[in-house]
Amino acid sequence: MTKVSMTVNGKAVSGEVEGRTLLAEFLRNNLHLTGTHIGCDTSQCGACTVHVNGKMVKSCAILAQEADGAEVATIEGMANDDGSLGVIQAAFQEHHGLQCGFCTPGMVMAAADLLAKNTNPSEADIRSHLDGNICRCTGYHNIVKSIQAAASALS
Amino acid sequence: MYDFEFKKPGSIKAAVAMLESEDAQALGGGQTLIPTMKQRLASPAVLVSLAGIAKMQGVNVANGVMTIGGATTHADVAANAQAIPALVALAGHIGDPAVRNRGTIGGSLANNDPSADYPAAALALNATIVTDRRKIAADDFFDGMFGTALENGEIITAVRFPLPKAANYQKFLQPASRFALTGVFVADTKDGMRVAVTGASEEGVYRWTEAESALNDTPEASALDGLSVSPDGMIEDLHGTAAYRANLVGVLTKRAVTAL
Ligand code: FES
Ligand code: FES
Repeated sequence: MTKVSMTVNGKAVSGEVEGRTLLAEFLRNNLHLTGTHIGCDTSQCGACTVHVNGKMVKSCAILAQEADGAEVATIEGMANDDGSLGVIQAAFQEHHGLQCGFCTPGMVMAAADLLAKNTNPSEADIRSHLDGNICRCTGYHNIVKSIQAAASALS
Repeated sequence: MYDFEFKKPGSIKAAVAMLESEDAQALGGGQTLIPTMKQRLASPAVLVSLAGIAKMQGVNVANGVMTIGGATTHADVAANAQAIPALVALAGHIGDPAVRNRGTIGGSLANNDPSADYPAAALALNATIVTDRRKIAADDFFDGMFGTALENGEIITAVRFPLPKAANYQKFLQPASRFALTGVFVADTKDGMRVAVTGASEEGVYRWTEAESALNDTPEASALDGLSVSPDGMIEDLHGTAAYRANLVGVLTKRAVTAL
């Protein structure tokens, strides 16, 4: 076992991991941050999307030790300090951007990654940014609408 | 995934020393290797991450050559390789945004997936693959599906691309895997036209030399009219037959030439 330390949603954390421990497993099993979902574990679905040093990555395809020392952001950090929904989360609720909700943490983190770089994305920008995020329920239209609404709310 | 020891050296020298042991394996961005290890198709005892080596990062242009560090991610190439716009477009369409933030050019070339995008760029642009111990011309680097000239433990530290007069990459996307069902990279270089094809042949990436000669005579898509591509030895799977891929080679080459 090796000790890793990182900042997760602004808080310094550390824990003991194996070489093979994935960042997704470290978040879920060590830190009990179970908002990060593992949908496929084969790096296809994007449900496990988090940010590492400000960039979206699939946490099932990065080792916990690769993220040693990094700044990590997860869905748990997207809510406001008082626990109410953050702007992107509220837009998903308002515009029916989720049904079962399994893909939603990844969708919200992908949306946050896009909006951090592009405050006024076109529909095509949004859709191509979601290339690696699969939803089996919504048909994507309302996810796109939610992200458009979040973009205008944020600007 | 079987367990292993994780190491993250800060220099090329240290990485090469760690990779001397036979069951050690270099780790780029892990976007192929980690899923492969989960399937237990690879089970190294030691994984040596190259992400901590500052010298292997970044894009530089000098004296008509663009040098990209071996550990540079696809996202960083897409953001910084403006001197070769076709490479910006290629890197910006590999996989999906999350994959592009992790996957690296060195990792992609070392893996030589028969449907990967970078091998076509390296071959068409007449790149030089720089390793910890030598320089390898792209023409001598690729060696059949998933095969390369790399020795055990040899690391791609950089890739040098001579700036072409013009270049274009046409990718026919396989939308589920986001690899190229077939892709063609055409470059007008100082040594003439070069055409590299990925995703089609069972031998992996290759140069379509007949098209190159035809284009050297007449640098227009119509020069390719009389040429045909044989389906013999083409990949055949549920996404496309060998004949379909052979046809795509001709179609995509014409599109790339037209877009030059
Ligand atoms: S769980 Fe990571 S991509 Fe599906
Ligand atoms: S809401 Fe069910 S998978 Fe997206």
